[in-house]
Amino acid sequence: MSALIEAPGDRLLAAVRALLEAKGIATPEEIAQRIEQTDRASPAGGARMVARAWTDPAYRALLLRDGAQAAEVMGIHMRGLPPLGVLENTAEVHHLVVCTLCSCYPRGVLGYPPFWFKSPGYRARAVRDPRGVMAEWGTVLPDAIRISVVDSTADYRWMVLPRRPAGTDGWDEAQLAAVVREGDMIGVTVPAA
Amino acid sequence: MMLAPGSAVRVRDDWPEARGPCHIRTPHYLRGRTGTVVRHLGDFPNPEDLAFARPAARLPLYHVAFAPQTVWPDAGGTEILVELYEPWLEPA
Repeated sequence: MSALIEAPGDRLLAAVRALLEAKGIATPEEIAQRIEQTDRASPAGGARMVARAWTDPAYRALLLRDGAQAAEVMGIHMRGLPPLGVLENTAEVHHLVVCTLCSCYPRGVLGYPPFWFKSPGYRARAVRDPRGVMAEWGTVLPDAIRISVVDSTADYRWMVLPRRPAGTDGWDEAQLAAVVREGDMIGVTVPAA
Repeated sequence: MMLAPGSAVRVRDDWPEARGPCHIRTPHYLRGRTGTVVRHLGDFPNPEDLAFARPAARLPLYHVAFAPQTVWPDAGGTEILVELYEPWLEPA
């Protein structure tokens, strides 16, 4: 084991890639395609889905029923990725996503996780003191709103559908998507017009 | 066994990590705690076997809700919603 860990990273990577091809698990083209897909994903993808859900009730229903299919509809490829669950924030409940075990994150629709999402501090505190964590982001919700912390431990990845901010009546999808940030879809922040 | 939404369940107070190498997706803070099944999310290969390249049976996976105050008296949220595999759950 220690010999593996000490091997130069690029030699080890080349060996693993050669084995994947030799064993027929993945071709170099498939690996290149997946890297490209992973690098291309960003919060802009999730933001487009949120904006569509705010303007199209049928799309909103699809998004809440099957997030991966809703992503595909928007041209975001989810093949080979875990199922995507979408949690809707309402006047009654606000969701906050964390992975206390590691850093499970809906990469297909939000891209690479922000550094703090993987930090021991966020992971430990989000489950125990969600309002305190959110307050540090400037997010203070009324006491009457229930806080549901979603600990992403297994086969699903979770994204939050935030509430549409006031003052956005008549906005088109592109305008709406522009106000949706990464943190809004994790639940540490809420979008503002 | 297929657990219905609303079922009260207790997470097994089991610590496989004390017995040897393992890969566990059930957070420490929930072992021995009681929660409520919210919904069946689907059936997925057991990650505890997948991690060691062993044949993995498909297990029912549930969303289970816990009152945070039963875990930490000073906890602030209303609920913690967690994905848990059926073998970790027992009737409460």
